[in-house]
Amino acid sequence: MRYSVEESGASLRLLRTANAMAIKMIENYAKNLVLTVQDYSIFAARAFSNLYRPPIYWPEFLVQADIIGFGSLSIVILSGLSTGGVLALQSAATLSSFGATAVTGQFVSLTMIRELGPVLTGVMVSGRNASSMASELGSMVVTEQIDAMRALGVDPLRKLVTPRIAASITMLFFLTIVADACGIAGGGLVTVFMNHQNGTQYLDMAWEHLRYPDIIQGLVKPLFFGYILGSIGCFYGMRTTGGTQGVGRSTISAVVWASVIIIFVDFMLTQLLLTLFPPL
Amino acid sequence: MTAQSAFSQPGKDPAPPSDEEPVVAFRNVSIAFDGPPVLDDISFSVAPGETRVLLGPAGVGKSVLLKLVNGLLRPDAGSIKLFGEEIAHMPEEQLFPLRARTGMVFQEGALFDSLTVRDNVAYQLIQERVPDDEIDRRVRDALRFVELEETFDLYPASLSGGMRRRVAIARAFIQQPELLLYDSPTGGLDPLTSTTIMELIVKERDVYHTPSLLVTHRIQDALILCNHHFDQSVGRMVLLPKGQTDPGTTFLMLEEGRLIFDGSLHELVKSTNPFVREFLA
Repeated sequence: MRYSVEESGASLRLLRTANAMAIKMIENYAKNLVLTVQDYSIFAARAFSNLYRPPIYWPEFLVQADIIGFGSLSIVILSGLSTGGVLALQSAATLSSFGATAVTGQFVSLTMIRELGPVLTGVMVSGRNASSMASELGSMVVTEQIDAMRALGVDPLRKLVTPRIAASITMLFFLTIVADACGIAGGGLVTVFMNHQNGTQYLDMAWEHLRYPDIIQGLVKPLFFGYILGSIGCFYGMRTTGGTQGVGRSTISAVVWASVIIIFVDFMLTQLLLTLFPPL
Repeated sequence: MTAQSAFSQPGKDPAPPSDEEPVVAFRNVSIAFDGPPVLDDISFSVAPGETRVLLGPAGVGKSVLLKLVNGLLRPDAGSIKLFGEEIAHMPEEQLFPLRARTGMVFQEGALFDSLTVRDNVAYQLIQERVPDDEIDRRVRDALRFVELEETFDLYPASLSGGMRRRVAIARAFIQQPELLLYDSPTGGLDPLTSTTIMELIVKERDVYHTPSLLVTHRIQDALILCNHHFDQSVGRMVLLPKGQTDPGTTFLMLEEGRLIFDGSLHELVKSTNPFVREFLA
């Protein structure tokens, strides 16, 4: 097939235009990403600094603590029990080939306390509460309630955002302890009733091999995860645009980014904490 | 009880702006959102006791202009003075005390849907930790002013559009602000309810003489404001004698982000600007 000079020129121009459009799209996406990170950093820093400056809205904090803490209790208990049970099943199956099923308790307790308890609770609670924060604040934005609050001389960051972040940090800490306990209990139930092993041995192994650094590692993480899920949920809610569709988009972004960042930060924190508290 | 005493606030004596200084002053203000300017080189002022009506069709930037007045939006260029203070680049935290001195009625009311009417109207008072007894008394006074006392314990979801707008007006009035901003207060309402809302605005203007800026696309609202006054002796809005208009009520008109008119009703109807002629037709 042969092309005329004009046709080749037109194709070249089309290709250049398509290239330019693709580069522009990438450029816009990159700019938006950088701008979002910048906005989030400013937002999160302001919300955090408000924790130490009056006025602090205690009633709002208590309401949010009830919603986040008590409201998430059932899903945390259920997911903790199931995860502990699965860990016991899987580890017993693997460990039996080495004749080491006796260490199931140690395996379950360390995994739950150091890793799965904080991460699982963070992800579960962000699924429930980051979405709730984003949709609630997003609805307030699109119905001008946030503007009305500002017009009435009240800072929505202090009144709405800071109490939610503070409640997320506080309650995730306690919910993680509940998840850890339920995970170990779930593992114990499976060990006794399904694997037909000794329950006392399971609990002894779970307890004896725990060290303070393991507990510190497990209790430092939820403080970060609570801050992440609270700040990201509120951030996407407060920057909602585009009516009810925009509220839906904000809710999705809040859950996705909160979960992804929790998992990423978990990796970074684990690396840092293992450096600070090296395994024996 | 007379309307004059409706919002008495013991212990509060806000300093009014001096007579020489405008309450609001825009100088060469422009703003854009990812595109051509929404407002371009806008200059005007609102004097103490003056009511300014900002006219224009939908989408010309009226609500944006109103949100610039109390710093809810920031301009890209120009100067905005509120109560004599430059707010164009003022930090958000310094703006809150200034905003608390203004009352704003939003297009759809913007009531907090998780709070009762009492808590909506008393929002500022609750933040200031005013005692509950006084809050109840002042909220009832404010609701009586808008003739909605029976809604005290209701939630916004159980109110009609017009009632929500009236509750929003009560919320804006309760602190006796030094400036009132109305964003299309009659938008989307039936003619009867619109007249009720306009009567409340005329009542506020003639009883308290609070300077105000009212945004609307309805020329009928502008004419009601100009041709009526609130007669306290009969407790309702009455038509001014033929040929008379309220001297404190003047007009601004926007066309595609530019201010094309600033003057009295007389000047407005005599204007030769084709856009003004078309708008009034």
